[in-house]
Amino acid sequence: MMTLYSEQSRTLLLRLAVVAVICAAMAVVVEPFDTAGNLMTVLRQASLLFLLACGLTLVIIAGGLDLSIGANVSLSACLAAAAMKATGQPLVGVGAAVACGALIGLVNALVIGVLRVPAFVATYGTMWIVHGIAYAFMGGDSIYGFSPAFRQLGTGFLAGVPVPVFIMAGFLLMGSLFAHRTVWGQQIYAIGANPTVAHLSGVPVARRLELVYVLSGLMAGLAAVVYLARLNSADAELGDSLMLQAVAAVLIGGTSLFGGSGSLAGTFLGCFLLAVVLNAMNLQGVSASWQPIVTGAIVIASVLFDGLAKRRR
Amino acid sequence: MTAARILNLPNVRTLQAGGALMALIALVCIFALATPSFFTTANVWNVTTQATLLLIVALPMTMVIMTEGLDLSIGAVVSLGTVVFALALKAGVALPAAVALCLLVGGTLGAFNGALVGGLGIPPFVVTLGTMGVAGGFALVGADERDLVGLGAGVTALWNGRLVGVPVPVWVAAALYALLHLALFHARFGMAVVSLGGNREALRLAGRTVAGHLVAVYALAGVCAALASLLLAARIDGGNPTAASGMEFDAIAAVVIGGTSFVKGRGTLFGTLVGTLLITVLRNGMNLLALTSSIQVAAIGVLAIAALALGARGQRP
Repeated sequence: MMTLYSEQSRTLLLRLAVVAVICAAMAVVVEPFDTAGNLMTVLRQASLLFLLACGLTLVIIAGGLDLSIGANVSLSACLAAAAMKATGQPLVGVGAAVACGALIGLVNALVIGVLRVPAFVATYGTMWIVHGIAYAFMGGDSIYGFSPAFRQLGTGFLAGVPVPVFIMAGFLLMGSLFAHRTVWGQQIYAIGANPTVAHLSGVPVARRLELVYVLSGLMAGLAAVVYLARLNSADAELGDSLMLQAVAAVLIGGTSLFGGSGSLAGTFLGCFLLAVVLNAMNLQGVSASWQPIVTGAIVIASVLFDGLAKRRR
Repeated sequence: MTAARILNLPNVRTLQAGGALMALIALVCIFALATPSFFTTANVWNVTTQATLLLIVALPMTMVIMTEGLDLSIGAVVSLGTVVFALALKAGVALPAAVALCLLVGGTLGAFNGALVGGLGIPPFVVTLGTMGVAGGFALVGADERDLVGLGAGVTALWNGRLVGVPVPVWVAAALYALLHLALFHARFGMAVVSLGGNREALRLAGRTVAGHLVAVYALAGVCAALASLLLAARIDGGNPTAASGMEFDAIAAVVIGGTSFVKGRGTLFGTLVGTLLITVLRNGMNLLALTSSIQVAAIGVLAIAALALGARGQRP
């Protein structure tokens, strides 16, 4: 019961209430919003985004940032699609995507850790390099049409609930246990709160930072697999809009950009809220051009509150 | 480090700008040998004129980076600028008023970035990432199914016209360079910019406002982005919501290749000029060699990260 009243749980409950209020409002305003089918659509979207955002959450908790995850999804999905077309084996595709994602994460980790380039510039640079490789690899084409068994990963249902929701639940559980119940997880929080103090307390700061960037890349590769299964088509632009959405989801989820605080459960709420808003805009027939405006405004509003809260402290 | 000591250069920054200059000269020689169409009078003017667009956004970006900041919204603001400019002209607004409107939009977005960064101490890359989404989205919404092409000969002359044999954009970029050089190295404003990156406490103790100067620096970046958007609209004879997407990448790369550092307010405009020319020559030469834009982007990214890594090595004690 102690944990229920902790600071983190309270902010999480507050966010849960906000999400509930917004959903209720949408249910009243937007026409086909409150159907079970639409709820599953929203849950599926939120779960897909969570796979991408959970790795980013750890990076931001550690006080860093990974801007390369959107481009990472594009390249990983394209490689997976090409591998599956070449071999006909879904597992080869999954392996290719995860390996590609983790490799990009490792490159980020090395550029930041060994070459000492600031995290946001390094991952911004790799974002464009990976983007370029994806475009060169695809040459403007798209690869589509995968086996039904593979597509189950993104479009299937188990007991009436979309498969990605189960995948999300698994990673949410494992990730939360890792973050809150293991020494490594707690060390990541410590690094974000104050790297100097963490270093003086014996935390291997460089090692843990490498770990979070590799994990972030790996999760992007994994998210690419599920997005690919959902969309049934890969092109070089697949992940372009996802980086901004993932950053927005993490920030509305209550993870502080200044590092040291946040949770994966919060990030899932953030993903859900964003999915609800984008879904409602879709149902209302709002042009897709408005999506980056709303997502960008959410990012700015979140950091604004974050900054104000920090100032009060 | 040792090289700097042997050559008795004042610091690593100068060395890096010098290195970039040598790389530029080497690149020009390579392309001149590789393609006969590179070192022709027409192409030299072409490269110089093309470089002006990048230079106009890279110069204020140098100041932003000197304050230990970053502006990721530049490309989206330039694109939005072309759309606003084209919409205004198409709606029958007079040219001077359309220009003023465009500069106002750019300046406002920049000042907004600066207010959040300066007033609340929010990390600039996230603030400007949000602004990038907002500005890029509004550009798409503004351009939605509207005819933005064909602005008239008066506008396209901004890009094609020549004054005393030199293209108009080159005059504009040269004037901006001179102005910003004076502001940065011969005015109190420049002292403030250097202190913002090097020692904010000193600025505060000198009784000057940190937030106010940050607003000014980011607003300047916004106004310059709008200025670039006018020339870009003249060049493509219309508005395009994605005309300049990713331009901030080239600008940031030009600045870091030129030796400006993300810490301690160390930077030079001359280095940025060299970095801008290097990137423009690289892109032009790779175009002539029929290498696609995506390969060019990847090459520039590797170059920028290498430059940053070299800079970080040089700073180690």
